[in-house]
Amino acid sequence: MSTSISTVTTPARRKRGSRTPQGVAPKAQRESPFARVSAMIVMGVFTLYFLVPIWWLLVAATKDRSQFNTTNPLWFADFSLFTNIGNLIAYRDGVYLKWMLNSALYAGLGAAIGTIIAGMCGYALAKYNFPGRELIFNVVLGGVLVPATALALPLFLIFSQISLTNTFWSVFLPSLVSPFGVYLARIYASASVPDELIEAARLDGAGEVRTFFTVSVRMMVPALITVFLFQFVAIWNNFFLPLIMLRDETLFSVTLGLYAWNSQVNQIPVLRDYVLIGALLSIIPLIIIFLLLQRFWQNGLSAGSVK
Amino acid sequence: MSAPVVPLTDAPGSVARQKRSRAAKAPASKQPRQPVPHLGAILAFVLPFGTLFALFYLVPIGYAIYQSLLVIEREGTFGKATEVFGGLTQYILVFQNGPFWTSIGRVLTFGVVQVPIMLGLALLFALLLDSPLVRGKKFFRLAFFVPYAVPGVIAAIMWGYLYSPNLSPFSAVTENINFLSADLVLWAIANVVTWVFVGYNMLIIYSALLAIPTELYEAARLDGAGQVRIAWSVKIPLIMPAIILTAIFSIIGTLQLLAEPQVFRSFSSAVTSTFTPNLTVYSTSSIPNFNLAAAFSVVLALATFILSFTFLKFTQRKEVQ
Repeated sequence: MSTSISTVTTPARRKRGSRTPQGVAPKAQRESPFARVSAMIVMGVFTLYFLVPIWWLLVAATKDRSQFNTTNPLWFADFSLFTNIGNLIAYRDGVYLKWMLNSALYAGLGAAIGTIIAGMCGYALAKYNFPGRELIFNVVLGGVLVPATALALPLFLIFSQISLTNTFWSVFLPSLVSPFGVYLARIYASASVPDELIEAARLDGAGEVRTFFTVSVRMMVPALITVFLFQFVAIWNNFFLPLIMLRDETLFSVTLGLYAWNSQVNQIPVLRDYVLIGALLSIIPLIIIFLLLQRFWQNGLSAGSVK
Repeated sequence: MSAPVVPLTDAPGSVARQKRSRAAKAPASKQPRQPVPHLGAILAFVLPFGTLFALFYLVPIGYAIYQSLLVIEREGTFGKATEVFGGLTQYILVFQNGPFWTSIGRVLTFGVVQVPIMLGLALLFALLLDSPLVRGKKFFRLAFFVPYAVPGVIAAIMWGYLYSPNLSPFSAVTENINFLSADLVLWAIANVVTWVFVGYNMLIIYSALLAIPTELYEAARLDGAGQVRIAWSVKIPLIMPAIILTAIFSIIGTLQLLAEPQVFRSFSSAVTSTFTPNLTVYSTSSIPNFNLAAAFSVVLALATFILSFTFLKFTQRKEVQ
């Protein structure tokens, strides 16, 4: 269980630089063609498994309802994607757009604030000695294990006593807390922020908090982006908390809204089209954000896995 | 609460541990008057998270435990309901509740089958990506990871359509095999979970593989060891911590299954309101019977702790050998 922590300091980058040039060329001749072909077949088959459902969703979203059942489900018919999107947005005064906006707020703002406070806490746990430090860390890590329902239900009861249920805050505030973020920030801060640097800043007369925000944060960027992304995904995907907190449709997150539509499909068949198009649109922001930031989070992830 | 976590914190290894043991011997405990250096800054860093953590983690857990110890008493059949202290009454009800334990058994069956398959695939893909056998690594890494960007609810809706006999693009299969039947729906859900999380676990394991210094198996390679041999004898033992981490997260996730089965209720009548433990909690609270629901979730949380802790202890003992 004890891979040395020093490996954290060289996350991921090493390979692309050093192993490929010296490694692949001579080895390539040594591996048997049979092994290479089987490996590529395995990867190819599973690429289909992972991508065909999304491809199907994309194709389905471009189809007119009359063609949904009558044309090849895995290839395009008449391209009516934009008409479909227009209908989806127009449905019930644009409630779908409202849901997307809500999700962007819950997840974007929530993950941004959550990352800052988790980063500060992890940094303090890594870089300062104080009584109770390990206790705090252990209690926070224990939080990772607590089932969502064990928290959301009592939160609902507490919030209902202060009339906070069915508000933006009832979903937003609990989403700010990311115990795993604290864990990752601590590991990364202790590995990548040198004590000498903090000492130097101290000698220059910079305050501790200022040092953190101007110097240390820069070293922790890959970890912080990783924390942000995974908290963003966790909030965007969160289902149970909005499900029990919210009654007002205009406060729904996009996952809760699509769930609600999907469970009414039998009564209102037109909703099936909207669910499929809405599902496609709801995953596009996540895919874009992962693609844009992949350089950072792939490095950040390796820090968390070292333990 | 802190118990299962202790081994995790030991994990980062020798450097951190040395630092920490030095910290433990620090004067703070022997000379209580000595002030902690930078106390103000520490508070400024820890308090924002600490306050929110206390409010949205510790207080709810405490409140759930408190609620689980209450019972509702009525004066007569239609009398006013009052909550009074009932000791472990709710817990006795939990242990007598057949459907709850059936649902625990169901997710355990699910976990015993699905977690090894998912992590086995994730490990296989990570090793293949780390070997010289595969070309186009960047593409495969992304393609396998894309499903993780699909929220569980959306993935379940999508697969619900893919399984359905008349709407599925694979109707040749789904007309003959009813994936939404009582026999198969659990495994249909297992497939959705696998589809979403293989790529995520693959990336965690792959990152651990990248952190292994090449020199460690350069020698084995020069001795003529094949890729399979290197993977089995060198790489897998070294990335065991990452595999254990993914296993623990998968165990927790399995016990907490909720969104996918909840969505599947609109596709299949075989998914009942007590299909998984969390669904039982949810439907109990909708009755509403908050006290029993609270007792259910406390028992579920305890079961999660015990399982993760046992798993950790078990795997650590194996590693020591």
